[in-house]
Amino acid sequence: MTHSIDRLSCCFRRPETTGDSETTPLLRPPHQDREIPLPAALRHVFPNNAISVNAITPSHKQLMDRYPGNKIRTTKYTLLSFLPKNLFQQFYRLANIYFVFLVAINWFPQMEVFHREITMLPLLVVTVASSLKDALEDFRRYKFDRIVNYRAASVYDWKQQDFVLKRWKDVRVGDFVKVVCNEVIPADILLLNTSDPNGVCHLETANLDGETNLKQRQVVRGFAAPNCSFQPEHFSGTVVCEKPNKTLTHFKGYLAMPEKKKIGFGRESLLLRGCTVRNTDNAAGIVVYAGHETKAMLNNKGPRYKRSKLERKMNTDVLFCVGILFIMCLIGALGQYFWLGTFPSIPPFVPPDSNNVYIPPSLSGFYMFFTMIILLQVLIPISLYVSIELIKVGQVFFITNDVDLYDEETDSRVQCRALNITEDLGQIQYVFSDKTGTLTENKMVFRRCSIMGTEYCHKENALRLAALDEAESDEEDPAFPQKKVPSRLQFRKGKSGAALRRWNSARARIGVRGQAEVTLSPHSDVAFSSPLETDVAPDRRLQRITGDEAGQMEAWCRVSRINGGACYMDFFLALAICNTVVVSTAMHPRQRVTGPLNFSTTLKSLGHIQTLLKRLGSLSHVISSLHSISEKSSPTTPASPPSPAASGPAGDKEDMGGITDSGSLNTSLEDSEADLPPTEEAATERSTDPNSDGLCYEAESPDEAALVHAARAYGYTLLARTPDHVTIRLPQGSLLTFEILGTLAFNSVRKRMSVVVRHPVTNEVVIYTKGADSAIMERLAKSAENQPEENKRKRIAAKTQRHLHLYAKDGLRTLCIAKKVMSLQAYTDWLAVRQEAESAIDNREELLMETASHLETNLTLIGTTGIEDRLQEDVPATIASLRKAGIQVWVLTGDKQETAVNIAYSCRLLDQSDVVFTLSTASLDECNSFLDCTLEEVKRYGVQPPWQSGSRGPAFGLVLEGHTLGLLFEAGLQLRLLELSRHCRSVLCCRVTPLQKSAVVKLVRNKLKVMTLSIGDGANDVSMIQAADIGVGISGQEGMQAVMASDFAISHFKHLKKLLLVHGHWCYSRLASTVIYFFYKNVAYVNLLFWYQFFCGFSGTAMIDYWLLIFFNLLFTSVPPIVFGILDKDISAGTLLSLPELYKSGQNSEGYRHSTFWVALLDAFYQSLVCFFVPYLAYQDSDIDIYSFGTPMNTASLFTILLHLAIEIRTWTVVHWVVMVGSVLLYFIIALSYSALCIDCNPPSNPYWIMENQMADPVFYLVCILTTVLALLPRYTFRVLQGTLALSPLVRARQLDTLSPQVRESFIREWRSQEDASEAASDQVLSSPTGPGSPTEPTVDRGLSLHKDGNEDTEKPFSPGHRRSISTMTI
Amino acid sequence: MKNQQAANRPDNTAFTQQRLPAWQPMLSAHVVIPGFLLIGMAFIGIGVALYITSQNIQVLEADYTGTGQYTNCSECANMQTTPCICNVTFSLTTLFTAPVFLYYGLSNYYQNYRKYGVSRDDVQLWGDPTRSPADACAPYQYIDSKPIAPCGSIANSMFNDTFSLYQIINGTKKEVPLDGKGIAWWTDYNIKFRNPTQGSLQDAFNGTMKPVNWSKPAYELDLGDPNNNGFLNQDFLVWMRTAALPDFRKLYRRITGGDYALGLPPGDYVLQIEYNYAVKDFGRKKVVLSNVTWMGGKNEFLGIAYLVVGSLCIVMSVVMLVVYAKYKFADENA
Repeated sequence: MTHSIDRLSCCFRRPETTGDSETTPLLRPPHQDREIPLPAALRHVFPNNAISVNAITPSHKQLMDRYPGNKIRTTKYTLLSFLPKNLFQQFYRLANIYFVFLVAINWFPQMEVFHREITMLPLLVVTVASSLKDALEDFRRYKFDRIVNYRAASVYDWKQQDFVLKRWKDVRVGDFVKVVCNEVIPADILLLNTSDPNGVCHLETANLDGETNLKQRQVVRGFAAPNCSFQPEHFSGTVVCEKPNKTLTHFKGYLAMPEKKKIGFGRESLLLRGCTVRNTDNAAGIVVYAGHETKAMLNNKGPRYKRSKLERKMNTDVLFCVGILFIMCLIGALGQYFWLGTFPSIPPFVPPDSNNVYIPPSLSGFYMFFTMIILLQVLIPISLYVSIELIKVGQVFFITNDVDLYDEETDSRVQCRALNITEDLGQIQYVFSDKTGTLTENKMVFRRCSIMGTEYCHKENALRLAALDEAESDEEDPAFPQKKVPSRLQFRKGKSGAALRRWNSARARIGVRGQAEVTLSPHSDVAFSSPLETDVAPDRRLQRITGDEAGQMEAWCRVSRINGGACYMDFFLALAICNTVVVSTAMHPRQRVTGPLNFSTTLKSLGHIQTLLKRLGSLSHVISSLHSISEKSSPTTPASPPSPAASGPAGDKEDMGGITDSGSLNTSLEDSEADLPPTEEAATERSTDPNSDGLCYEAESPDEAALVHAARAYGYTLLARTPDHVTIRLPQGSLLTFEILGTLAFNSVRKRMSVVVRHPVTNEVVIYTKGADSAIMERLAKSAENQPEENKRKRIAAKTQRHLHLYAKDGLRTLCIAKKVMSLQAYTDWLAVRQEAESAIDNREELLMETASHLETNLTLIGTTGIEDRLQEDVPATIASLRKAGIQVWVLTGDKQETAVNIAYSCRLLDQSDVVFTLSTASLDECNSFLDCTLEEVKRYGVQPPWQSGSRGPAFGLVLEGHTLGLLFEAGLQLRLLELSRHCRSVLCCRVTPLQKSAVVKLVRNKLKVMTLSIGDGANDVSMIQAADIGVGISGQEGMQAVMASDFAISHFKHLKKLLLVHGHWCYSRLASTVIYFFYKNVAYVNLLFWYQFFCGFSGTAMIDYWLLIFFNLLFTSVPPIVFGILDKDISAGTLLSLPELYKSGQNSEGYRHSTFWVALLDAFYQSLVCFFVPYLAYQDSDIDIYSFGTPMNTASLFTILLHLAIEIRTWTVVHWVVMVGSVLLYFIIALSYSALCIDCNPPSNPYWIMENQMADPVFYLVCILTTVLALLPRYTFRVLQGTLALSPLVRARQLDTLSPQVRESFIREWRSQEDASEAASDQVLSSPTGPGSPTEPTVDRGLSLHKDGNEDTEKPFSPGHRRSISTMTI
Repeated sequence: MKNQQAANRPDNTAFTQQRLPAWQPMLSAHVVIPGFLLIGMAFIGIGVALYITSQNIQVLEADYTGTGQYTNCSECANMQTTPCICNVTFSLTTLFTAPVFLYYGLSNYYQNYRKYGVSRDDVQLWGDPTRSPADACAPYQYIDSKPIAPCGSIANSMFNDTFSLYQIINGTKKEVPLDGKGIAWWTDYNIKFRNPTQGSLQDAFNGTMKPVNWSKPAYELDLGDPNNNGFLNQDFLVWMRTAALPDFRKLYRRITGGDYALGLPPGDYVLQIEYNYAVKDFGRKKVVLSNVTWMGGKNEFLGIAYLVVGSLCIVMSVVMLVVYAKYKFADENA
């Protein structure tokens, strides 16, 4: 260990010598020349200890003081700044500016219509309401901040020379902070010391990104000897690092030590604020970023704000309203001008202004324009915006409260993160889905492997999983008849291959019940450790080979030579070692196992081997001694079991494959077990605790966990992992500890990872690499020393490639395992380069990548693994529903084509009857001609997309490769691709990068002008989620990035169905109706005032009392439309779900079109005319006064407007009744009491006793009744005709809803069958000329056609005509 | 453990799951036919009643602007002599049944003009003539910095023609008593408007000026009745209740008492008008005799409108019947 430290520190010295020549002017050690200006691009942190505090120069002290403290304030306002700041923010909004404008012009006496106070009322109401809301929110934030700021942290105080408890807010940059296990980190801290002997600290970043797996952080390499206690007083360096920024993935800097030494560090040494320390007793470090400059705070963004399609449309209509308002005001102005001109002399009722001067008509007309704006202000439906916000709050409430969208397993509801685009859910036309974790579970199960070109199909494992599945799912999806076949039968047949594979990958359901059972086990909270996913039944054949351990050991020890025998051991060792899995015990899931638990004897025995080896130098001797040792140690192993759990009753059966500690296989036991019927076997497995040795694996990716579990099933148990060592228990019980020399981490560009270990016996350096086949295959050794070797390699590579194809076709995720042996010298040379790269400040990533790929060459292929990624529950049904709803579903995945296509078939994205075009080529010409041919072919079936037009031609599917896609984009062929894709029912893009995903989404969204939705679960889907109109995140296993970026977060793909078809439809139809209604309402009401202008000399008189006028919008007619917008249900959820076609109305924006808007306005004009002129004619030539004249109008208008809504309301619940009746009552109560109490409270108007007087007059009622009936007659008739003729499916569906459930069922079935019949008919027409007979076994057919596909891909990259696979639907 | 796990589970209530029991009215033809019929019948019934009532109302109108056919007032209209008296004669062949109301009517007179309508001070009218009037009264606010009482345009432009009605019996004029009490709203007279209570009315108005156009101050409006003066003059109250439309009538007097309690008997009458109010530049004025029923004055519109809308509903129900039949027919065929 000291050796490695020395080596590291000596390597760190190296860049320092070249430091002066680097492009960045590096800081010199501070004590030498502290006065030179520090580079502004970097942050300098001087430690807060006695040495530094005494030595620091004033300018640097100033610099330090300028760094903000750790106190956070997420509140927007302080007590003092609240009023001005909040007001400023409020008036920043356009709507409020409109109000202010109105108030302002009302201030001029020439234009004053209402009392100034009255004009201010709406403004006041809106501002006060928003202010209250803001203040409340801010107060909540303040309380939260207070809690956070007052948390305790252990901070070093140089005066007391010890760590003292301080509040979080008092922590400053440069402070030394100590955190203990399970404590939350108060600021961004550079890790300088941990209690861990290896200088490792474990973090849980759940607070930051929601990922629950542990992350390792490393003490700044070469800084201090880890074992000695950390003395902040002795720290004399300066930390130089980046300025605060929000990237979580990058951090670099160096420690400038006094002795001119620079020690580089990176992200792996930074403890982020908000994370929790786990598995580490304590850790200490220096604060580099505090408070708001911490990465966690910089990344803390507020809720996203989006405008929905409906709102965008609404805004244009608001502009129309502005236009109408302008015209009306113009009419008012001109009217005033001409009206004044009709009088030869000034009449007594036109008073002069206060200076006794008569205003000329032109000026008077000019003033009138503004007066009219004030009078008719309601025409701009500001109340609409407020109401919409309220409605959306209600809609979001109902969405989040839907029990159907609740997931019991994770105890999570649907989350609406964007509050204002609920109605967009009802207008989606394209859904872009990620595959992994979205369509599939992302719970990996090891299914099969191929070692040295030999395939081990793990039929036992398949059988076991199948049995589990069968036990769990009694009710099967009828769409998967092949699953009905009894598992055993399937298994027997499956020996031939295809059928079984089909069986494996086409599973549609996961066993929910089974999982629920498993979650009861004590360690279920640990990620990826559920036995169902991880338990592997070993392949018997493979087991027999691996069981011959002696031979393997022997071969393995001659590591430099390739020998068939050792590769099995290598394979499993690679599975067990080549990862970043952290081991913890089941009892204490968060306590990492840092060393072998109690195997001192066995450990000694291995040390013994090594010493023996060294001493004897002869391998044959070694092997024999090894044998003797292992035999010697074997009796001790069962006596001192690896963990307390193993001593339990399940001890013997712990490894279900029957691996025993004796080192040789007990064949009889194995046979007897194999004879058990599969279901029983499964039952016994479930009853025994699979993790009986108490180990839990916490992996960063589920694949890794699956592989480690697979290795364990074969006896290669990963026991412990530290940064420098990894301990494996071999099948016969002996332990092997590898020294890890380096880990080359996985990333999406490299698509591989490597672990460099020192061979414990030969001391050679062994590199185990695993990765995607594309990443590995091209890095294999090209030539061998002799011809047979070379041939063998080629053969193995070819065979493995074939297996890879096979696996991919089964929908398995494949990983290649390779190995490389190199001499220590070669490695040391490489390491030197590597460390140079590590300490580089610029281009570090690139350098690291380059050095890594240097090492990962000349690999020897060992084998490949196939991991199954299961489909999520109800995915095929959901996709089918979405498609029936007219939504195009595209799948964008980073997986390879075969896997993706297979998943596409199993989730019914592609159908057997589909014509599938595959575009996978590297040549642009081919792309071009492909597009030409396919477009032509597609167009032969009609210009209309087949699923939209009535006639049903064949459905097309398009499969695109990522690199081809990139080619198309580069060549500007997107639009043609788009044209083609419009004719395809489904599009599948595989091997696409996150950037390409978002590019595709943007292309479709911008060019086709459609509403798009992206759904995904991983960090790689974030860009796609952000690019779409609606981003949906799946809160699954892959952390929270997707959820953080999303607008809605659901827990399963299947929830999308109800979210879109039901909630989307409801939200859209509700909001559309409400918006239209609001426009109507405002115009209908305000036009009353407008018509009156023709009878009052265009003077801006209102015949309705101002207060009642204001209250009309504010109180009397505000609640019913809001309730309507939240609660109205045009069609029941059940009907919507069973008839997805109904969704199309939202896609076509049928609820709210410009025509709808204009019809509503026309209706409003008509109604206002009726509401004005009926009372006008009735009171013509009478002695009625202004406000008595206005009262019946106001009342009739109220009835008209409310009853209009009543016509529109489609479901009347108690709430509707209460609100409707309440509104009318409220009107009468307020109007009556107002006219009874207000003698002269509102001087110009004269409301006193008006209402009472009117209500005592029978004519009032007669006028109101007549007006209301006449006003509503057209709309009512229209709705009745609509309901009678039932031309639109929505109305028909509503009629269905009123029927009794049984009748409805049968009606829906009838509806369904009609459509299916037409579909089937067209299918048959199609299949007769082109179909390849009518295969009875769909799976076989699919497999065949696919197989053909695959071959052609490799041989003829482009031949669309041949690549079609058409078959009939046989189900 | 279980409870903790399900902490986030939404409440499964009818409300949160949007399953509240609901009434779903389906608007279709056969449902609404009875409704249309019923409304139609009812409306026709009301219409007929209204029409008949309206027909029974007797109205007698006379335009006395002085321009046009009633030439006997043209002198007054042209000559600015004050006071100018003109007469309007009419004869009744049947009894003009009580209650008979005498109105004056103005045409093209915009009492609802905004600046005119706000030019008043309700606080002043509530019994405080000496307070400084509201700015809304400007320019009829002060004269020589003395407040005008009552201030404002409305008061200033108060209608000041007076009428007296005589029945000519055998060549002699018999005055028909005109009741000027209770022509204003009860609430106006009793609550909204007030005279100062302390001292005599004249003292109370001391220090105020009469409106520009007024010939006499407010406390001398009705010399015959001391209680009908100040802010509580009935004609003033009627005038201050601004009319809704440019063509309006205002109640002047009622004929209630004496020999005319049952109405105006047949015979010849003469209406003597003291012509003060000039309107000929912009509009016309008239005098109206009318009796009133429960539905107010004569207005045929309401009755006709009810009849029309009622018939429309009946027609609608027929249309619906046709549509329903046709729809049903088509449905069965399909």
